[in-house]
Order: sequence, then C-alpha cells, then structure tokens
Amino acid sequence: MNLRNIAAFASLFLLLLVIGCGSAEQPAEETAATEAAPAAEPIDPATAATISGKVSFEGTAPRRRRIRMDAEVACAQMHSGPVYSENFVLNDNGTLRNAFVYVKSGLEGRSFPTPPDAVVLDQKGCMYTPHVVGAMVGQTVRVLNSDQTTHNVHPVPKNNREWNRSQAPGANAIEATFARDEIMIPVKCNVHPWMKSYIGVLKHPYFAVTGEDGTFEIGNLPPGDYTLGVWHESLGSSEMQISVAAQESKTVDFVLEKAG
Amino acid sequence: MTERHKSAISHHPWLHRFAVSTAGATILLIVAGALVTSNQAGLAVPDWPLSYGTWMPPMVGGIFYEHGHRMIGASVGLLTIILALWLWRAERRSWLRCLGFIGVAVVVLQGVLGGITVLYLLPWPVSVGHASLAQLFFCLMVSLALFTSKGWQEETPPLTEVGVPSLPRLSIATALAVFVQLVLGATVRHQVLGIVPHLLGAALVVVVVAWTVRRVLLHHNQKALRQPVKALAILTALQLALGMGSYLARLATADAPQPQPLMVALTVAHVAAGALLLATSVVLALQTHRLFDQRSAIESRLFPATQRVHP
Ligand code: HEM
Ligand code: HEM
Ligand SMILES: [Cu+2]
Repeated sequence: MNLRNIAAFASLFLLLLVIGCGSAEQPAEETAATEAAPAAEPIDPATAATISGKVSFEGTAPRRRRIRMDAEVACAQMHSGPVYSENFVLNDNGTLRNAFVYVKSGLEGRSFPTPPDAVVLDQKGCMYTPHVVGAMVGQTVRVLNSDQTTHNVHPVPKNNREWNRSQAPGANAIEATFARDEIMIPVKCNVHPWMKSYIGVLKHPYFAVTGEDGTFEIGNLPPGDYTLGVWHESLGSSEMQISVAAQESKTVDFVLEKAG
Repeated sequence: MTERHKSAISHHPWLHRFAVSTAGATILLIVAGALVTSNQAGLAVPDWPLSYGTWMPPMVGGIFYEHGHRMIGASVGLLTIILALWLWRAERRSWLRCLGFIGVAVVVLQGVLGGITVLYLLPWPVSVGHASLAQLFFCLMVSLALFTSKGWQEETPPLTEVGVPSLPRLSIATALAVFVQLVLGATVRHQVLGIVPHLLGAALVVVVVAWTVRRVLLHHNQKALRQPVKALAILTALQLALGMGSYLARLATADAPQPQPLMVALTVAHVAAGALLLATSVVLALQTHRLFDQRSAIESRLFPATQRVHP
C-alpha cells in the first residue's frame, strides 16, 4: 500500500509539473520594428492646419469611487481631503478630463523625429500625475517618485515589452522608452493597488489629453484626410473621419456615452 | 494486542505533534499566499530571491503581503527540512522517511515557482502551477501528520466492502475530482478560463462527494472513515457558499479602484477551504486504503498463503 501511496503522489506531482511548466511564456523582445522609414518630409508651417475641440459626456455620470489609503500614512498625509479614482472625471462644464485624442490614421508614410525632451510621469501622494499621458515611440518617459514611500512601476503593455521595477523614496528617476505604438499602456503599482495610469504611444506627435476644460488642440498638422480617435479609460474609444485643408482651423467635438 | 504487533509500531508523539504543526503552518501559508493574489500584490516586490535588494524591505502596502508571504514560505521550508531530518532519524518505516524528503523537494520547487512567477511577471502557467502545487504540498504535510499518528498504526475493525465502485476507488475519485476543481479554480482566479469549467467541476465534486459520503454513512461505522466524511460534507457545502460569495463579490467590485476587504476575505476563505477540502479527501482516501489493506493483512494472517483458497 505504501508504495502505492507514493506512486499516487508522484503521479500527481508529475501531472502538476506538466501543467505548471508546460508553456511558460517568454516576455516579448524589445527589438523595435525599425522599418526603413521614409525620409522625414518637413511639415510646411505655411500650410499646417489645427484641429481643436472638446470631449463631452452624455448620460448619467457613474458614482465617483473613493480610494482608501488610510493604511499607508505616507500616502494619506499628502492629501487634505478624500481622494477619488481618476478613472472618470467629469468637469463642471460637462466635459471629460483625461480623454486621449490622437490621429489614428492618415499619417502613414511619414516619419517624425523623436522629441529630445522626456515625458514625465510623477508619483505624488500615491497617485500618478498626470493620469493619462502621451509619448512618441522611442521618446524617454521619466518616472519620478515624489513620495516618502516605495513604489513599483509596472507597465502592462500588449504590444511592447512588459517590465517591473521598484523605486524607493529619493531613488533616481526611472527612464524608459517604448519601441512600438500602442493605445494605451496601463501602468500599475502593486504596492498601492489603486495606482493606475495610462501612456499612449504613437509614431507621430499628433495627440492631446483633455484637461480641466475638456478641450484638446492638435496643431501643425499637414492638410489631408484623417481618422481622429479618442480613448477614455471608462468609456472606451470612438473615432471620426475628418479632412483638413491647408491652414484650416477645424473644430471637432466628441461626445462619449456611458457604455451599457 | 499481540507481541508482534506492538513491536511493529513506530510512534513518536513529539514527532507527530511537530508534523501536525507543520501542516498547520502550511495552511497559514496558503492563506498568506491567497492574500497576495487577492490584494494584487504579486508584483509589489519586483526582485527575487532578495526583496528590494535586501532581506527586509519596508513592509508597506502590497510589499507587506508579498514579502510576508515569502517569509512565511521560508519558515515553512525550514519546518519541512526539520521534519524530514527528524523522520530520517526517528522513523522506522523507510517509505515515510522518503516522503519527508519528497516534502523538502516539493517545498523548494514551490519556492522556485514563486520566484519565477515574480521574475517573469506572473505568467499564468506558473501562477496556476504555484497555486496548485501549494495545495498538493499541504496534502503531503497533512499526510505526514496522519502517518506519524498513533491511530494510523493501530488495528481497527477491517473494512467490509459493499457496493460498486469500491470505496477505495470512490475515495480516490473524490480526491482527484477536488484536485481538478482546485486547478480549475486557479484558472478562474488567474483569468485563464472563465467560470463555466469551474462550475461544471463544482457539480462533479458535489456528485462524487455525495456518493462517497452516503456510502460511508450508510455502510461503514469506523470513526476513521466517518469523521473525514462528515468534514467532507460540511466543507463542500461551505465551499459552494464561499464560491458563490467570491463570484458575487468579484462582480460587485469589478470597477472598484482597489481590492475591497469583503472580496478579499471571501476569495481567501474560498482558497483556504479548498485546501482543507482537498486534504480531507486525501485523508479519507488514505484511511480507506489502510482499512482495506488491513483486511487483506488479517486475511493473510488467518489464512497463510499455502492454505488460501483461490476461487
Ligand atoms: C514555499 C512554499 C509556498 C507556498 C505553499 C505558497 C503558496 C501560495 C499560495 C497558496 C498562493 C495563492 C495562489 C492563489 O491564490 O491562486 C501563492 C501566491 C503567490 N506566491 Fe507563494 N507560496 C510559497 C512560496 C513562495 C515564494 C518563496 C515566493 C517568492 C517569490 C512566492 C510568491 C508568490 C506570489 C508572487 C504569489 C501571487 C501569485 C499571483 O498573484 O499570481 N511564493 N503562494
Ligand atoms: C466544491 C466546490 C468548489 C471548490 C473545491 C472550489 C475551489 C476553488 C479554489 C481552490 C479556488 C482558487 C484556486 C487558487 O487560485 O488557488 C477557486 C476560485 C474560485 N471559485 Fe471555486 N470552488 C468550488 C465551487 C465554486 C462555486 C460553486 C463557485 C460559484 C460561482 C465558485 C467560484 C469561484 C470563483 C469566482 C473563483 C475565483 C476567485 C477569485 O477571483 O479570486 N467556486 N475555487
Ligand atoms: Cu505605489
């Protein structure tokens, strides 16, 4: 019987090993798909157009969700009042904050230089500032820790390499780049599970994030036909076709509705 | 009790108590591990084997769960090693001495799986493997506690078999069904498969458990069988309720900005009760086999091989 027992255990372990070790996924490689890009065709400022507008909300706004950070003094003491989740922020004028507006298509065949300055993502009061940010492929993203507590910085991309690094108080900024375009890359902290932000990565500089007045402006755009996309954390995405003529200042408004 | 039987017993009360404590520490470790998952703290500490480059990082937020789990894991590892060495020195049954070291091998493998899942950012096969191996390791520790108990080596009224399938088979089927259900549960928890396979598994578990419980309660009066079977019935009912609760709590808090205490409590309890259910089903299977084997042992004593009539 005893041998039988041992054999039974052994076969269970083997079964498990098969399950456990079967197909451990390797993280994707960071090799950028550096296609031979066409030479950067300069944008002629004399013909460049501008798209601007606002992103507004229709429907009944969901209840704002309170974040509980009492368990962590270093986080809580940075806030004077209650802290709410930034997944849905309705401005007083009925517009939405933190909507990401970008040119989704129409710029194929052009290439754009990577901006030399970094995009900054700060961690302050155990919240990411800004909550939503855009960057170009290859552009440096600097992650700062302005808190007296430890964070881990953990982007969860689908199309880029995933990584996870710790950042103690006073530690150097973490600098990272993303090799491929992706809408949107969530960034999480697992020490403070409410901490979440999103980075939109594009091959061109034509994007904007709506702020306290819910407006956006995308300038210096060559005339042409484009698909303009908008992404919102809780309301999903939508898009529209537009054409802009030389020097045109076009106004485009998005209305997002509560899904479901 | 015959002279021959007395000398065959190898019982060390303190060794047994130590084995029981190790099993107790292991269920606490499973609770600690489940707290990591429910609090989404699996990656709060990005490095391994060190944590933030030290053995003792600041125990804030998710680090408290993740590093706390690692420390309890290391302590259970230590207990397992002591138990194996103790068995090696004191125990006469050689298969049991081996089992002690198998325990060490499993706990080391489990720790390494935990490390790999951190370094590779929680790939689901490794996370599900870590969750499942944890359950098997707990069963192993419970079995060691059972094997070192005095009762395990005492003679009991032999099992009179009634029915098809036989109770040994039925009890093994129960343990297997519960184990498969635990793995399916881990795939729900780590978002691999949806809830449907796990619900089908629950139905299967209920059927097999009910069958086993009924068989034992109606036809067998040994305490060694009736006790685990009652625990099995209670734990299964509890587990159905906790599973339902976990499901509803997950639904209700799907858009919450952070893990909510009630959801954490229910899901952690569901994991822990799952471990207890599996261990109970394994104890029942082992006891069934012991009683069954004792019958053949007694038969062979009463009718030595030369006289036995082969039909
Ligand atoms: C040595 C004995 C250990 C046991 C019995 C054990 C057990 C467990 C259990 C039961 C869970 C919960 C699984 C679930 O809820 O699905 C868990 C999660 C976890 N354990 Fe362990 N653990 C051990 C050691 C370790 C070690 C040494 C590490 C080191 C890094 C580790 C890292 C983790 C992580 C990161 C998780 C969360 C996984 C996820 O959320 O996907 N464990 N562990
Ligand atoms: C006897 C039956 C059952 C057993 C033995 C069982 C066992 C388990 C275990 C052990 C886990 C976690 C696995 C791990 O990660 O370590 C789990 C997860 C889960 N089970 Fe069950 N379960 C049972 C029935 C049910 C039922 C009836 C429901 C009802 C809907 C349910 C819903 C869930 C859910 C939602 C999860 C994932 C929890 C989470 O997201 O954290 N279970 N189950
Ligand atoms: Cu943090």
